[in-house]
Amino acid sequence: MGLSNLLFILIFLACVVWFTINVRKIRRNILLGKEVVINDRKPERWKKMFMIAIGQSKMVKKPVSGILHILVYLGFVIINIEVLEIIIDGIAGTHRIFASPLGSVYDFLIGSFEILALLVLVAVIIFLIRRNLLNIKRFGFREMLGWPKTDANIILIVEVLLMTAFLSMNATDQILQARGEAHYVEAGMYPISSFLIPFFESYSSSSLIAIERGMWWFHIVGILLFLNYLPYSKHFHIILAFPNVYYSKLEQKGAFDNMESVRKEVEMMFDPAADPYAAPVEPASEPERFGAKDVQDLSWKSLMDAYSCTECGRCTQQCPASQTGKLLSPRKIMMDTRDRLEEVGKNIDKHGKDYSDGKSLLGDYIQEEELWACTTCNACVEACPVSINPLSIIMEMRRSLVMEDSKIPQELTGMLTNMENNGAPWQFSPTDRANWVNES
Amino acid sequence: MSDTTTLKVNTMADLMAKGEKPEILFWVGCAGSFDDRAKKITRSLVKILNSIDVNFAILGTEESCTGDPAKRAGNEFLFQMQAMTNIQVLNGYEVKKIVTTCPHCFNTLKNEYPSLGGEYDVMHHSQFLQQLLQEGRLKIEGGSFQGKKISFHDPCYLGRGNGEYEAPRKLIEELDADLVELKRCKTKGLCCGAGGAQMFKEAEKGTKEINIERMDDVEEAKPDIVAVGCPFCMTMMTDGVKNKEKEDSIKVYDLAELIAEGNSL
Ligand code: SF4
Ligand code: SF4
Repeated sequence: MGLSNLLFILIFLACVVWFTINVRKIRRNILLGKEVVINDRKPERWKKMFMIAIGQSKMVKKPVSGILHILVYLGFVIINIEVLEIIIDGIAGTHRIFASPLGSVYDFLIGSFEILALLVLVAVIIFLIRRNLLNIKRFGFREMLGWPKTDANIILIVEVLLMTAFLSMNATDQILQARGEAHYVEAGMYPISSFLIPFFESYSSSSLIAIERGMWWFHIVGILLFLNYLPYSKHFHIILAFPNVYYSKLEQKGAFDNMESVRKEVEMMFDPAADPYAAPVEPASEPERFGAKDVQDLSWKSLMDAYSCTECGRCTQQCPASQTGKLLSPRKIMMDTRDRLEEVGKNIDKHGKDYSDGKSLLGDYIQEEELWACTTCNACVEACPVSINPLSIIMEMRRSLVMEDSKIPQELTGMLTNMENNGAPWQFSPTDRANWVNES
Repeated sequence: MSDTTTLKVNTMADLMAKGEKPEILFWVGCAGSFDDRAKKITRSLVKILNSIDVNFAILGTEESCTGDPAKRAGNEFLFQMQAMTNIQVLNGYEVKKIVTTCPHCFNTLKNEYPSLGGEYDVMHHSQFLQQLLQEGRLKIEGGSFQGKKISFHDPCYLGRGNGEYEAPRKLIEELDADLVELKRCKTKGLCCGAGGAQMFKEAEKGTKEINIERMDDVEEAKPDIVAVGCPFCMTMMTDGVKNKEKEDSIKVYDLAELIAEGNSL
């Protein structure tokens, strides 16, 4: 085993360990959320995942970015087959190990990877132009300034570099193959990188080997680093999109959950057999909070939603409140939830499980004004390509504001009082309910 | 225009006393009971039902708010209190089938009552009217609406909320009218701005009211009529049209009104 194999193995293992640690942290953070059991209607869930996450059925609702995204996604998945070979070569010190067992299939594979690489390159460059040169409104909201924009650009630029390295590696490899250099078995089909040959032809074989090796290392180390960048980035959606769609709500969008804790109390009030003086049969555990003030009060599914968000802004673009200049942006709700959850996670890493920094999602990240601007219209839920539900977070926070803190816009207090007193949101007598029959 | 038709309306209590049960319960809803504009929608639906002898009843004074605005405002207690009260009444009358003109009542009764013990077959009036049409019980004539350009404004809780986009459109086509879609329609339909208890408060600070934003779509489609299927959309659309001073050229009607008037009821 040569020195370079050893180095490769070390880098590879380090990256795998690093990635695993971060993924486990994310898993732990997600599980800080409230427990909900989602294990019903499995065939339907698989089908939905197949359609929306794998088939990207929601992405193509916006044809331009949708189709470009499918290219990048396909390219990403398929070109990664090549990574398998690179890893084996790296560990074993072989070169293009799949070439001889696969024969002409190998040629075909490499050929299609190259075509995909070119398509990805084109798509990613268009994405860069869209993000940075065209004035597309959904990329310009306040939550997208600073880091989120940089994050998006980093991902795109890294893709450009990786694809370029891949193609240059193949170009130099071909020349070395043709020159009959030892180690460089004749294999593969290079419909794209053969156009790069003129750039490299004049170099000596030893320089070419250096370039080829350089590109090889750049490509694989780049991919390993990119993998480890995911957990820090909105790009983690390429992993979580699948489970997130699988676990998403199957009921009609209009159906909001009925809170169990409330149901028990209300049922007691309606049960004629209940003894009003009986001691409450509360379990000894801490009483559950109504609604959500901080991330731990949200369901784990809402927290998974937060980590799955791609920050694409399709939700905000469709939101009637965002469109009319209100403070509310459903994308910001998701980004805030993730940021706060990361903060809580870091606190746990540093100070242990029970530490409280005195901050909360509601108040320090999300303001009441945002929450009250929502019309519960479900446009955001409908628009999200990875089945995120910003509305359920908004509702949980409204519940907390109203039922825990009695913080509610004054006009709504009036509406609720009317409902309590006379069974209608307005001040009308219930005895007048059927007056319309005889009015003209 | 005064409406002098005498309506035949039974309450569940009346029928119960006679030992009878109706085919459907018409859930009128708070807006349909108390809001002057929405009462016209209620009366129109009753005229249609009367004209083809559908045996229906209302709860009358025994009906109470479904609790939808309380739930959406975050007061789950009040919602569940309202729900339990209504469920006791509905189950007491052994109600099986409910029709309502309000998508918010429709959604709540259909989706949020079952797990609290209230399981009914719930239909929005557009769905019920379409069913009557299919069964051959209802004929839609269209009358003066024939050939008119009509746009349908999807109510959030009928469309996205419950996936019903077709029934209202079938009814409009049946009028022999020209259905012109608004730019943002069906799954991409823009809210009127009233949902989620917004009806009962001023909007938060912004650059525009939502119903005015919606008028951009209306002005682009240039319909003679904006058809709605929700009493709250009715208020918001009517205000929007007024705000643009277009009330002479663009009328706002509920689907039930279009059918009743088209059939000269
Ligand atoms: S449900 Fe609320 S947040 Fe979502 S699009 Fe509608 S108004 Fe915006
Ligand atoms: S919630 Fe969904 S639609 Fe909104 S930004 Fe995130 S991924 Fe995009």
